[in-house]
This record gives sequence, C-alpha cells and structure tokens, in this order.
Amino acid sequence: MSTPLLETRDLKKYFKTPAGMLHAVDGVSLTIGEGETLGVVGESGCGKSTLGRTVLRLLEPTAGQVLYRGEDITTFDKRRMFAARQEMQMIFQDPYASLNPRLSVSEIIAEPLIVGKLCRNAHEMNERIGELMETVGLAPRFAHSYPHELDGGRRQRIGIARALATNPRFIVCDEPVSALDVSIQAQILNLLMDLQEDKGLSYMFITHDLSVVKHISSHIAVMYLGQCVEYAGTKELFANPLHPYTRALLAAIPVIDITRRGKRIETIQGEVTSPIEPAPGCRFAPRCAYATEACRQEQRLRQVSEGHWVACCRAAGEEA
Amino acid sequence: MSAKENSVIRKRSQLSLIWHRLRRNRLAMLGLALMSAILLLAVFADVIADYDTKVVGMNMAERLQTPSAKHWFGTDGYGRDVFARIIHGSRLSLSLSIISMLIAVAVGSMIGAISGYFGGRVDDVLMRLMDMLLAIPPMLMSISIVAALGRSMSNLMLALALAYMPVFARVIRSSILSVKDQEFVEAARACGTSDARIILRHIIPNAVGPIIVQATLAMGSSILTISSLSFMGMGIQPPQPEWGTMLYEGRDLIRTSPYLVIFPGAAIAVSVLSLNLLGDGLRDALDPRLKN
Amino acid sequence: MGNLLDIRHLTVVYHTEEDEVHALSDVSFSLQKGETLGLVGETGAGKTTTALAIMGLLPRRVGEVQSGEILFEGRDLLRCSDADMRAIRGASISMIFQDPMTSLNPTIRIGDQIAESIRQHQPDMKRADVERRVDEILEMVGIPAARKREYPHQFSGGMKQRVVIAIALALEPQLLIADEPTTALDVTIQAQVLQMMGDLQRQLGTSTILITHDLGVVSQTCDRVAVMYAGEIVEVGTAEDIFLGKTHHPYTTGLFGSLPDLNRETRRLSPIDGLMPDPADLPTGCRFNPRCPHCTALCRECEPELTARGSHAIRCHLMGKEERA
Repeated sequence: MSTPLLETRDLKKYFKTPAGMLHAVDGVSLTIGEGETLGVVGESGCGKSTLGRTVLRLLEPTAGQVLYRGEDITTFDKRRMFAARQEMQMIFQDPYASLNPRLSVSEIIAEPLIVGKLCRNAHEMNERIGELMETVGLAPRFAHSYPHELDGGRRQRIGIARALATNPRFIVCDEPVSALDVSIQAQILNLLMDLQEDKGLSYMFITHDLSVVKHISSHIAVMYLGQCVEYAGTKELFANPLHPYTRALLAAIPVIDITRRGKRIETIQGEVTSPIEPAPGCRFAPRCAYATEACRQEQRLRQVSEGHWVACCRAAGEEA
Repeated sequence: MSAKENSVIRKRSQLSLIWHRLRRNRLAMLGLALMSAILLLAVFADVIADYDTKVVGMNMAERLQTPSAKHWFGTDGYGRDVFARIIHGSRLSLSLSIISMLIAVAVGSMIGAISGYFGGRVDDVLMRLMDMLLAIPPMLMSISIVAALGRSMSNLMLALALAYMPVFARVIRSSILSVKDQEFVEAARACGTSDARIILRHIIPNAVGPIIVQATLAMGSSILTISSLSFMGMGIQPPQPEWGTMLYEGRDLIRTSPYLVIFPGAAIAVSVLSLNLLGDGLRDALDPRLKN
Repeated sequence: MGNLLDIRHLTVVYHTEEDEVHALSDVSFSLQKGETLGLVGETGAGKTTTALAIMGLLPRRVGEVQSGEILFEGRDLLRCSDADMRAIRGASISMIFQDPMTSLNPTIRIGDQIAESIRQHQPDMKRADVERRVDEILEMVGIPAARKREYPHQFSGGMKQRVVIAIALALEPQLLIADEPTTALDVTIQAQVLQMMGDLQRQLGTSTILITHDLGVVSQTCDRVAVMYAGEIVEVGTAEDIFLGKTHHPYTTGLFGSLPDLNRETRRLSPIDGLMPDPADLPTGCRFNPRCPHCTALCRECEPELTARGSHAIRCHLMGKEERA
C-alpha cells in the first residue's frame, strides 16, 4: 500500500470565542490517495471549509497532523512550507470575492508565477499564462479584462487557472460550483474532472451537494459538527448509507420525482446544536430518531466493512 | 449572431467606471473645474503676474486703489496688486497643503497598514498613539508647534502632517480590516505570497478609495487651518501673499477698503468649497453599492 | 372560472446609463386558485423581474413596463395607483425574497415585525387580537410563540426564513410569490422549510409562484412549470408535461442534462455550451440559437412563437414543424 498523497491524523482546529472554545474541526482523520478525489460533504457549520483551510495551513491547526507525501507539514518552517505550497493549492467558493478586483485576468494568474519565481522572463510568463487560460477554457481576449466584467463561470475558471499555475499535485476545492448557475456548474465540473485525468491531480472536494459529489469523488466523508460521521467509497455510500445523518442528507436532496408531490418525506427535526464546547457523546443524538443511552458515549469511526467506516454505535452494532 | 460580437461585455476598467460616475455628479464636476482652475493659476502664477514687481514690490503711489481695469482686485496698503497676490497666494496654500497631506498620507498609511494587518497588541499600541494625536485639535496643535519651534513653513507643514496623520491611519486601518479577510487575500496566502506583497499589491490598492476621499477633504480643511493661523499672525508672515496673511494685513482697513478682505476671503472659500465638493463626489463615485 | 392571475404580453425594459436591458419580452402565463406554478430559469432569465412587476416593485426610474397586463382577480395591477398597490401587497399578494439574512430588520423584534405587517392592513384591530394572531402564525411555522420577543440575529437561517414566511402569510394572501426561498439554506433545512410551506399552502389555499433554478424542488412541489430564458417563457406545462413528457425545448433538455443525477451513472455531464445572452445585446431570431444543437437558418432569423399541444407549450420552430407534420 503506497503512501497516500495526503493524510490527516486526528486534526483539530478550535477557535476561541467569548462564549467558549468553538470546535470547528474536532479530530478528523482522512486519507487521499494519488489521483483520487475525496468528497467532503456536510451542511453549514460542519467544519468542512475549516478543514480545507487547515489542511493547507491557511489556518494553523490546533492539534493533529497533516501528512503530505508522508511528511508532517504542520512542523514545516517557512521555507519548506513555501515549497509545499507550490504543490498544494486551493480553489475558492465565491467567484466574486476570490479574485482581486483591481487586477486583470492575466495579472491574477501571474501572481503565483511571480511569487513562486517560476518564469525566467516576461516572455515565458506570458506563454505560461496563455497556456493556463487555454487549459481552463478562457478565450485569450479576456487576458486584460477585469473580474467585474466577467460572469461567475468565467471568474471561476480564472480561479482554477490560478490554482494550476504552480503545477500542484493536490487541490482543495471549496464549494467551487455552489455559486454558479446549473448549466455553468456542469461545465466547470467537467473541466475539473478532465484536469484530474490529464494531470493526475488529487482533489479534496468540499460541498454540501451530494449529487455533485457523487459525480466527481471516489470516496466520500460525511461531516457533522466538526467530526467525520461516515466514510466510504462513493458507490458504497450511496448504496448503503449507515449513519442516520447521511440517510437524512440523502433523503433531503430534491431529486426530480413528481410522485413526491404532496407527500410527507422524513425530515430531521430541529437545528444543528452549537459547536461551542460541545457535550461529549454523539453530536447528532439530539436530532436522531434512534438515539439511546449508548449514544452518550464518545463515538469513534468504526469499520463496518471493507473501506466503510461509521461513527454510530447503532449502525456499527447492527453490522457486527 | 448578435449585433455586437458575443465577446467581452464592456471593456472598462474600474477607473473609467468611477470617472463616469463622477462625471454625472454636477456639483463634483464644478468642484473639479474650480480646483483645476486654481491649480492652473498656481502653476502659471509667474507668467500671469511677475512676483517681484507686482506682488512684493511696493508702489506707494498706487496704494489703496479700488478695483479697476488696471488692478482687477485693487491694490493694498503698499500699492501691491491684489489680484497678483491672490494668484501667488494660491501657490502657497496649495503647495503647503499638498505636501503636508502627502506626508500625512504616507506616514499615516504605513502606521494604519501595519496596525490593521497584524492586529493584536501592535494594533492597540499604534491606535492609542493615534488617538492621542487626534485628541488635539489641528489648530491647537499647529499653534503649539509654531510657538515652540518657530514660525517657518516647514514647521507649519510638520504641524499639519501631525494633525492629519491619525485620520489616514484610521482610514487605512479600517479599509485593511475589511479587505484582509476577503478570499482573494487568502488565495494570495495560499500561493505563499509574503505579507509585504499582500499588503502592497492586494490590500492597499483596494483600500485606496477612502484615502483619496479623505485626502481631498483634508486638503480643504488644511487650507483653512493655514489661513486661520496666518490671520492670527502665527502662520505665514508678510510680505508673503498667503490669503490668510492678506486678511491679517487688511483687517484694519475693512471699513474703508473692504475689497482687501473680500477677495482673499473669497479665494479661501472657493478653494475649500471646491475641494469639499470634489471629495464628496469622489466618495459617492467610489462607493460600489450606489446604483442608478 | 377565471384565473387568479393572468399575465398577458408583459414586456419590461431597464434603462441603465449604458444600455437598454430587455428584461422581459412578451411574457404571458396564468395561475389558477390553489395552484403552485414553478418559474424556472437561471440568473438573468427574468424571473425576479416578473415577480417585481407583479408586486409593482420594479425600480422606479430604471424599470419600465412597456406593454402588457397583469390581471389579478380581473383587475389590472399595472393600472393601479400606489395606494391601491400598497393595500394589495401583504394582504392579497405577498412576496418572500431569497436571502433571509437581509429580509428582516435586525433592530426590530420578530414579533413586532409580524405585527407591523398585520397592523398596516388592519389598523383597527385591537392590540390583543394582533398579538394573538402573531402567536398563531408563529406556531403555524413551527416557532414557539415565546420567541417572538427575540431579534433576528438570535435565529438561524432556517428559522429566519420561517419568520419571513410567517410575515408573508400573516394576512392569508391569495397569492404568494416565493423568490428562491430555500436556495440559501442547507439541504436538510430546505426540506423542512419546503415541507412547511407545502402544508401551509394546503391549509390556507394559497396560490403560489415558486421561483427557483432547482428542478428537483419544482418537481416535488409544483403543479405547473414555466421555463424562462433570456426574458421569455420558452416552455410551459403541467409537471407531468415537463418531467414525464418526451418533447422539450432544447434549453430545458440542456438543463436536465446539466444536472448531476443521483440515479444516472454517466461519467461526464452534458452542459449547455456558452452563456445566456446579454439582455442588452440579444441575438436575432430565437434567443437560444447560439447555444442550440439543433439550430437552423430559420432559427437565426425568426423568433419562434409558443406552440401549444394541450397544456404543454414550447417556443421552438422545431416543435412547430412537428405539429404541422
């Protein structure tokens, strides 16, 4: 078994708030192999965006390790981190806020090239920018346009070109298509999948949209309140969701199905509990229809079958 | 196919968009026109009126003449042409206020940038220092410095720069605070961009708007401060043709020769007004939220 | 039996400093009592403009209704005075906007915001009665009445949207326009909120126009569907027509193809190439022609009409040809 490209071990990120410690990411252990896509799914407040940023050390981890190619980047000094950053990039959610409004398209794409000193002269730089624009499907005539002149889809392509500039091996995609129209979403998703095939990239694909993640991921981790509650290969997760939250998430997706009109579907009641100083035990228990006394115990991810892990005593117990 | 090619929607940079918005504001355009006129006069002052003969050269034969074809604004107690003096005075007022503003902007921005970007204790300390400076009214500050260090133009500039620096520090700091958490700054960090480059290339250009507005308004205010100081005899000394100084010289003759006071006063008012109009217009034009 | 709402040949233009934006062109559709109509389309299609036109809330200087009628219970809303419209808004026609974060005034308590809406239309109602009604409505949307003294920031996104819905339905209007009411919410909360909206509509008999880009939501909640593209209605029909029918406008087909379907095993999605046209610079002929895989010369020259086959109408020359064949 070769070393996974990226691995997190009991990764934690806490924030200090006046009300107490906010457990944004609370002990997450995941692996991503080379050329693979891990879909990280969850709703607002589950910590998936924080996880993405912590993995790249855009936020400093509170505890735990992040191993890139087997080396713990949390211990890297500035110089080594800088080198590592060339291989680990990020694509952001908001195509409006993630681009500097004062820079033109080519200037935005040039930034990582300049910072990383990747081009020896202006000629090389322009060539590389042209290359990148072509790779992401941006017509050359947009090189001197400004972000506010372009639509969301094109802006997101700029973001992708920027992320590709340093020839990374691993990209964290933080909800890259959520802010886009449906038909544009499909274009961008196709682009991301093509790039993965062409360049052998690995993705951590963060999203709240299970249907999108099914398409693009090889494995999926479901997050709830800072913890991973289920992890499995994509096919397996959809065929056999075990955690009550995963099942609720799947049930809630508005699929095209007119027979559902007027029928009551099973929705989970209540709201997400607070991530500040969370109580011990299963964090989903307050909303879970099957909660029992046993759920007050600390839940761990338990393997229930080959490659399928669940943090639910009931689900794990059933399979055992 | 569409009439225009289905290409770039509108190839307008931010700058031209702002210019267009400014252009529609008539008052701001008036301010801009007036200020431009004053600037032109200041630049070509020597061409319009020779300094030595008209401005400081005394000609007692022609003293205290009311405005006429020969002397458009009349002459003062020493026979000097008031119009010529006003024009040369604009040079003084403008250069003083521009230079002191530049110093205030440069130093204040640096302080504000460091404060806003790094936060924490650095921020606290720097801002409290700025608060101390802000607590002293510009006029009082200028009087104190001039009294302590002497009445020279450089002291005057120092005083003004000190007085307005905290304003710019605060403005830049709040701009930086609002910009630094934006995703494009995060994106820059993800590439390993250094803090210095982030501040200079990504944050400050986006924070420049409020600075420009403040600087324009502060210039107007500083012209007023300079004139007031000169009027009190603490600023520019005669025979320099600073407007406030002219008021100082003419104050005894208000009843007999009011024009000696009216014209310099009007010059001050027009300058300050035009800068305020322009500054307000810029603020509106730079605000991205204001739509049609 | 008359329709509750009848929109006929509505054309709206925005006059911006740079251009004339053709937001809506000859839009016509109707809504019956108790019906839910889904208005589907992407950004810029004109859905929100339609909603604002019905409510009389188009931006004053900029938006102009060039032609058309909006008949509500037989009355043309476009000919109504401001005072009349104010009486209608809230009481007969209500609107919910997309972002619950900004729809509520952060400085006024929830209960007071609901009460304000009630008092606006029923100024003679006694204080105690108003309070009782507020309690009733909060319970209806699943919020404990005890929370009415709280401020919006104390509620989560889903709860805020419930409050917004409560305000909209407080006076039991005949028509509710919901502009992407759940787009900003998490999917499990969306399910809750849609469920609740459906229950309420059945309970109160409200007719609804649901504006959304989410075809899944539409299939599960709407009786009829209208698809908008570049300011026009390109397809309209019952839910069965749209979701079970075999023929569609190419744009609709493209929309379906763009969706990552949970049930299909395709490797790549089939998105529609290109972008929606700039409404200030529309193509000649059919507005979809630059992106249509079946585009013909006729499509580039002539604008197609809506061709109806029973309840299902499609704006496409190709459909027209089928009819004649």
